[in-house]
Amino acid sequence: MTTPTAQIGPAPVVRMTGIQKHFGAVHANRSAEIEVAAGEIHALVGENGAGKSTLMKILSGMLPADGGRVEVGGRDVTGWSTTQAIVAGVGMVHQHFMLVPTLTVAENVVLGREPVNVGTFDRDRAIREVETLSKQSGLIVPAERLVADLSVGEAQRVEILKTLYRGARILLLDEPTAVLSPPEVTELWGVLRRVRDQGTTIILITHKLDEVMAVTERITVMRQGATVAQLATRETTPEGIARAMVGREVDLAIRDGQRVTREPGRTGTANGLIVSNLTVRGARVERAVNDVSFTVAPGEILGIAGVEGNGQTELLEAIAGLRRATSGRIQLGALDITAATVRERADAGLSHIPEDRHQRGLILDYSVADNLILGQQHRFTQRGVLDRHAIATNAAEQATRFDIRPANTTAKVRDLSGGNQQKVVIARELSRHFIVLLAAQPTRGVDVGAIEFIHDALRRARDAGKAILLVSAELREILTLSDRIAVMYGGRIVTVMPRSDASEAVLGPFMTGARKGSQADAA
Amino acid sequence: MTLLLFLAQTIRIAVPYLFAAAGGALAERAGIVSLSLEGFMLGGAFGAVIGAHYTDSAWIGVVSGVVAGLGLAGMHAVCTLRFKADQIVTGVAINLFAVGITRFLLQLAFDSSSNSPRVAGFGGENVGGALALASNPLVWLGVAVMPVLAFVVYRTTFGLRVRAVGEHPAAAASLGVPVNRVRYAAVLGSGALAALGGTYLALDQHQFTDSMTAGRGFIALAAVIFGRWDPMRAGVACLLFAAAETLQIRLQATQIIPSQFVAMIPYVLTIVAVAGVVGRSRSPAALGRTTE
Repeated sequence: MTTPTAQIGPAPVVRMTGIQKHFGAVHANRSAEIEVAAGEIHALVGENGAGKSTLMKILSGMLPADGGRVEVGGRDVTGWSTTQAIVAGVGMVHQHFMLVPTLTVAENVVLGREPVNVGTFDRDRAIREVETLSKQSGLIVPAERLVADLSVGEAQRVEILKTLYRGARILLLDEPTAVLSPPEVTELWGVLRRVRDQGTTIILITHKLDEVMAVTERITVMRQGATVAQLATRETTPEGIARAMVGREVDLAIRDGQRVTREPGRTGTANGLIVSNLTVRGARVERAVNDVSFTVAPGEILGIAGVEGNGQTELLEAIAGLRRATSGRIQLGALDITAATVRERADAGLSHIPEDRHQRGLILDYSVADNLILGQQHRFTQRGVLDRHAIATNAAEQATRFDIRPANTTAKVRDLSGGNQQKVVIARELSRHFIVLLAAQPTRGVDVGAIEFIHDALRRARDAGKAILLVSAELREILTLSDRIAVMYGGRIVTVMPRSDASEAVLGPFMTGARKGSQADAA
Repeated sequence: MTLLLFLAQTIRIAVPYLFAAAGGALAERAGIVSLSLEGFMLGGAFGAVIGAHYTDSAWIGVVSGVVAGLGLAGMHAVCTLRFKADQIVTGVAINLFAVGITRFLLQLAFDSSSNSPRVAGFGGENVGGALALASNPLVWLGVAVMPVLAFVVYRTTFGLRVRAVGEHPAAAASLGVPVNRVRYAAVLGSGALAALGGTYLALDQHQFTDSMTAGRGFIALAAVIFGRWDPMRAGVACLLFAAAETLQIRLQATQIIPSQFVAMIPYVLTIVAVAGVVGRSRSPAALGRTTE
């Protein structure tokens, strides 16, 4: 597997060899290497924590490597700065956008290389230049709008424009589709192909194999910090890539949304979740959730599909007790929890995998062991003092059961990869007593192997009679796991259907608001 | 006539607030908490008196006041930016240091624990008169400082970078903006501006008295917050606070209301204003965070 099978021409535009990088105890890159030919779209794939982002941050000058050599255009540039990288035409689009929300699109694009008119910032020229560039590249953005008011797709276009404005000839994209709706993804591929045809080399970090197959020419696969394969896309298959990524056979059928639908064990809602006429105020809109009613029965997964920002976040936060409901009622079985505190909800049997693990799910500077008892710390005390022994025992048990790596549970969660951080959240929420689980984006930024694992865990919980409300921006995930599927658009549930009636084609028009079903009460 | 006097007195009281709030707005827009405005002002007041005393020139006093402010701001910047010290702790330390060092130097230079000898100043002798006010160049500078700062913040490259650095330093850094250099400039600028406020106070009173700034730096900071970190709004807030203080002085003379209550007016107004607005306003996102 370590033999490169796809040789390229004599002068690759990017060549990184023997790259080493440590973060504390974590060895993020161990002799990682990559070679990219000029003018290609190159995929850098691997599980979460495989070291892809680290390798690209080293290439873009954001991180210094501990060892190894970086060449761009045949020149040794090891240890260069971001500024030097930008000058040399290397631009990176980060997974978490690097945009200043309080500045306009044009200001964000030109920041650091502002057009000047007699000592003052030439705003008009900035706008003109951005508009010109926007037309050339096909990246349509409103130049004078504040970035805070953009959709995620627009924000990403601004990110790409930023690199092009600086004359990027090598464009690095870190999981660009993680936040996009299906039409936006298609549009992105169009843009990338056009930019490529204009002579730009593109490196795409991803773990979505269909993307790799669709747009790339060659693939570099990383596992546990090392490069394990270099493949030509047309000579390989998704199964081949997955095997290289994980190091074993992976059941891709699970990912492709082909599952045997089973009729949910409808045992009434005695221990389920009942939401009636719920209205919730959002940060910007009065009715982020607008008169929503549905139930989730024990032994059932109700999936809520929809483009992000249509009220899913507010809905989950209201149920979890993190946001107050304007009106309506939330019940766990017969118990009304509309006004209950978070602790009371947890004690009543509500478990919650929050959508943003950094903001809500974890305390990054706490150890793995401490994060595993958050919210249940009162169960790990003796006479008001934390029982360190019980905490350590619990941590060791969960780390084994949920395959959290590294197995050292005294490590800070900050030092773990995204996938392993998510496993910590999932381990904590699934290991306690609960009857209803809220799972928001449970596999966001998580690799193939972990997705499989997390999906299995959710199914097992369902089969054990738990009621699960799943919200995901990944339509496939919804289709894979759900027994029934609801679509949220504009704060309302616009349709509810059994899994057997649903497909991407059926759900798509509801998600974009093109089709509106009758406000279906999912009783 | 009374109205004119009222306005004149309001302006006279507002000038130090305007300078200090301008400094506060600049530093906070760059992400640095401006708790040390008080110290910068006090340092500026003392520096100005030293300069004016030894040269008999108010202008030299202005220069030495600014230099003192720059010195304190430099300390603040080095502690928070180079050594990543907590901005609030450092700010408090700078304030305490300013009180201590000025008291010490006051003793050393003038052999007094309370005040300096009389020094030169601007304008005529009839303090409070509108004419004296108009002949003081620092007053004109103080009135102009907020519009100028607004231009700098919103219309110059430096201002754009200040705003970017205060909101999302990582984004600015990824585009090659020298984050720390921008912040050094902003903190030094804030020190110079706040020191001008202190300089005005000292030259207006023709002397330095121990701890003479008496919390004005904090009221200026409240004005910055009340003005939602926007120079022009902060300027309006300064005028508002100054008007309340003028009102207090006038009412105190009339003795209609017990003087203790009257004396509270500016402070109560400050608390009410800030409490009413703080919940709804948003500070620069990276305010107070230099360790990244």
